Amino acid sequence: MTTASEGLVPRFSRPEAWDQARPAVADAEAKLRVEDLNFYYGSFQALKSISMDVPANQVTAFIGPSGCGKSTLLRCFNRIHDLYPGMRSEGAIQLDGQNINDARVDTNLLRARIGMVFQKPTPFPMTVHDNIAFGVRLYERLNERDMENRVQWALEKAALWDEVKDKLHQNGQALSGGQQQRLCIARTIAVKPEVILLDEPTSALDPISTGYIEDLINELKADYTIVIVTHNMQQAARVSDVTAFMYLGELIECDETPKIFTQPGDSRTEDYITGRYG
Amino acid sequence: MSQSFDAITAQLKRRHRRSANLKRMSMGALILAATFLVVFIGDMLAKGLPAFQQAQIQVEVTYSEQAREIPPAAVGDDVRSLVSRGYLRLIPSRMEDDPDLLGTQRMEWVIADSAVDQYLKGHDSKLSAKQRRIVDRLAEQGRAELRFNTTFFTTGDSRMPEMAGIAAAAMGTVMTLIVTMAVCFPIGVMTAVYLEEFAPDNHLTQIIEININNLAAVPSILFGLLGLAIYINFFGVPRSSPLVGGLTLALMTLPVIIIATRTALRSVPDGIRQAAFGVGCSRWQVVRDHVLPLSLPGILTGSIIGMAQAMGETAPLIIVGMVAFIPDVSASFANAATVMPAQVFTWAGDPSPAFVEKTAGGILVLLAVLITLNATAVLLRKKFERRW
Repeated sequence: MTTASEGLVPRFSRPEAWDQARPAVADAEAKLRVEDLNFYYGSFQALKSISMDVPANQVTAFIGPSGCGKSTLLRCFNRIHDLYPGMRSEGAIQLDGQNINDARVDTNLLRARIGMVFQKPTPFPMTVHDNIAFGVRLYERLNERDMENRVQWALEKAALWDEVKDKLHQNGQALSGGQQQRLCIARTIAVKPEVILLDEPTSALDPISTGYIEDLINELKADYTIVIVTHNMQQAARVSDVTAFMYLGELIECDETPKIFTQPGDSRTEDYITGRYG
Repeated sequence: MSQSFDAITAQLKRRHRRSANLKRMSMGALILAATFLVVFIGDMLAKGLPAFQQAQIQVEVTYSEQAREIPPAAVGDDVRSLVSRGYLRLIPSRMEDDPDLLGTQRMEWVIADSAVDQYLKGHDSKLSAKQRRIVDRLAEQGRAELRFNTTFFTTGDSRMPEMAGIAAAAMGTVMTLIVTMAVCFPIGVMTAVYLEEFAPDNHLTQIIEININNLAAVPSILFGLLGLAIYINFFGVPRSSPLVGGLTLALMTLPVIIIATRTALRSVPDGIRQAAFGVGCSRWQVVRDHVLPLSLPGILTGSIIGMAQAMGETAPLIIVGMVAFIPDVSASFANAATVMPAQVFTWAGDPSPAFVEKTAGGILVLLAVLITLNATAVLLRKKFERRW
């Protein structure tokens, strides 16, 4: 039988980061505060009365079996659901105390403040440079030199600069899958958002590319609040500070990651983490 | 596996035979279609290429006072009936333009009558035995030969086959298509963009969608009636003009372009839209910067098909008066004009062998213009595809 110190996850190794000094999550202020959020696809209720805090400058992971609503919740944060008819949400999502789940909020500006990286790498069919410059141009007027600097800055932040500095004027879709995903992250960072949403960002990538992106997430949290949806529990354990476990549209529990993985409060969380379903 | 090895082998053989049969049948269909095409083009070339040549004869032309009054007097009695009447009619006006001609006499290569032309090309001809002898003698002396037919490419229609040309109709076609393109490309693309990217999915948009699909299947002559009723009778657009023809064809082409554009827009992956929205684009920015550039090749392909269809259309143009006898090349959108298929249609109604030749020649020019337009569009599309 496993002991608490080893965690309930025999399949996974204990991440080193858990043993290092960590800032107390409880002290961090909430960047996003979800208050009694319900979400419907037509008549199907996908999210049931979700309330939780996403702490600033921390990595929050959403885990849970397929169809549990974790991606739906993530997408509520930048209101990408608004693009599709037949979807509606009730309740509030506070971004720094302002309710963004309100029809009066300008979604374009909101999406610049809350950037998103999708499951499948989706570079625009443009050059690497233009992929990044495109988003920046929407909100800022930079001269050529400042734009070059911004592109380099974003690519360096996304740990891609060294690989693409000679290919800035090649098509972004010609990069490898892992590079494309980092390009998408760079594109998101370049707009200087406050929150970055990652929707299973590594599910289409090989382990080495996944490693790069996980390292990247660790570095980025100093400047951004990060929310990540992942199917890979090892990944959640490695990269996140806070983990939220969702099941059938409900938030079962949300707590500091080591606690969720070692002493979950709910038996369903324990069952999921130990691989009894999901 | 319960079946024996032999049974499976026999079954496999049957399957392979079936797929080989299917392959042979498909190839047969392709060969049949290609044969039709080759026969059609071969026939058109055999009949139409002679139209690009025209008999000319060298005769002595006398620019006298008498010739100004009675043009046929300018040439000798023996060859008078061999020279095109169209040429003789021009003599007075040429003398008007160049007064120095008066009183001179010179040997000139002139356009021969269509009967001479047909005779030299080895077809049946209404030339008398005596006339044939004269033509034979001229040919022996090197004074009668087939030359490149510039008239065919520079003039409009004429009752005299040797003076009839396709230029007026070609000009009419180009101007009509300019009007059609200018009207239905922007309207069609914007309609499709609205329906596909902006409009809510409700009963109204569904009804609109069904009706657009139905419009694409409406017989084209009905669009001609609509054009007559609305453009000519209600708005008073000049009859027979490229303007009214182009507007009428635009009605017909609009649904084709809308449907093609919607298909092209739908084929743009949703990931691109989401990604663009994800960096904070407005809907219009998503459409303008991402969706439209990506779907442009598809939109252009659809538009090319629509325009090619419009170019070959005759029926609706009959109703708005564009199947007309147009002798002059006009460059105005409001003047009477005709289009190439209409010109071919007019010529095809004339039984004389010289006009049969013109008909085939006209078809060749129509095909050439069509291929040129399509090739241009394909090149444009290629260029847009490599935008980065």
